Amino acid sequence: MAKKLASTLPNMILSLTFIAMVMSAALTFVYLKTRGPIEEAAKNKEVNAIKQVSPVFDNDPTVEARTFDGLTLYPVKSQNESLGYAVKTYTEKGFAGHIELMAGFRNDGSIVNITVLDHKETPGLGTKMTESKFINQFIGKNPGSFMLKVKKDGGQVDAITAATISSRAFCDALQRAYEGLNKVNDSLKVQP
Amino acid sequence: MNMGNLKFFTNGLIKENPTFVFVLGACPTLAVTTAAINGLGMGAATTFVLVFSNLIIALLKNYIPDKVRIAAFIVVIATFVTIVDLVMKAYTPDLYKALGIFIPLIVVNCIILGRAEAFAQRNKVWPAVLDGLGMGLGFTLAITLLASVREILGNGTIFNYPLVGENASTILVFILPPGAFVTYGLLIAVFNRLKLKLNI
Repeated sequence: MAKKLASTLPNMILSLTFIAMVMSAALTFVYLKTRGPIEEAAKNKEVNAIKQVSPVFDNDPTVEARTFDGLTLYPVKSQNESLGYAVKTYTEKGFAGHIELMAGFRNDGSIVNITVLDHKETPGLGTKMTESKFINQFIGKNPGSFMLKVKKDGGQVDAITAATISSRAFCDALQRAYEGLNKVNDSLKVQP
Repeated sequence: MNMGNLKFFTNGLIKENPTFVFVLGACPTLAVTTAAINGLGMGAATTFVLVFSNLIIALLKNYIPDKVRIAAFIVVIATFVTIVDLVMKAYTPDLYKALGIFIPLIVVNCIILGRAEAFAQRNKVWPAVLDGLGMGLGFTLAITLLASVREILGNGTIFNYPLVGENASTILVFILPPGAFVTYGLLIAVFNRLKLKLNI
């Protein structure tokens, strides 16, 4: 077996430089190989979420997406006719902060479906907001007439037992999406 | 493979199990074990890093001066962790999201630097790879077991397959952080008892 390199300054510099170079080369290779699939995975996730909350559509909503106030609106169309919008919305009022939802609206403002994209709520309590049992109560409702507040606060939403804060946050995010949607619809009306 | 080499492999499974005997890498062990699939994913990622960092370090051991060995080991380990990070992001985005920050944190998992320091740099390539594989599998089995117990008791499912009715109440505390400590402690006790009894 060869003798181990002595710990002299030139040896140490050479050895570390060599290792760092080889390892960076390996990383560059892997990075280039995975860059495409990573972008695709991110885009697929977006499109799948839109599909879950929208009627069947045939356009690519990510192309025509518009972003403002932290919301992203994806127009959903079938044969060039608008079916409504999928709205990526958020709130900071979750029990553990940031929550992201994707909510689908028809043109008349009624909710098609909702899916939770990201959250850090308590497992077993706040996480129930991702389940259809909670989400189903919103389907088909129009936030214009349906008070998006939990019953405790005078609204019409059945909160999750032991997770009122998460339920409130969910409503807050949904309300934000609806207001954003109205803003866009208003600006469309103004345009000639 | 002769019996002498096999020992390097089986060492990590029971006798020197990194999780139950050495209690190393407790941070991911406690944090990600809320669902069995997370435990399995974390174990697989760690095993990959462990095998390849042991391999490279055993290959390069004569060219790494003693005084900079830790720096060199960390560069090698960080490289493989970044590879795992990128590959999981590309091909298993859901698992990647569930494991979150704990994938990059494999860099500072004591099991990996510990094996590099205590084993790979003193041994030939083949034993080092077997040691990495054994330790990795030992870690994987341990945290998957821990995660399964927590998932069954806390969520009533195993690998997302429901075991109890939809409205059955489960023992929530087991998927919360305190449950991780309680389950981990109890499993260490059971493991040690069995080890004593079977005289391994």
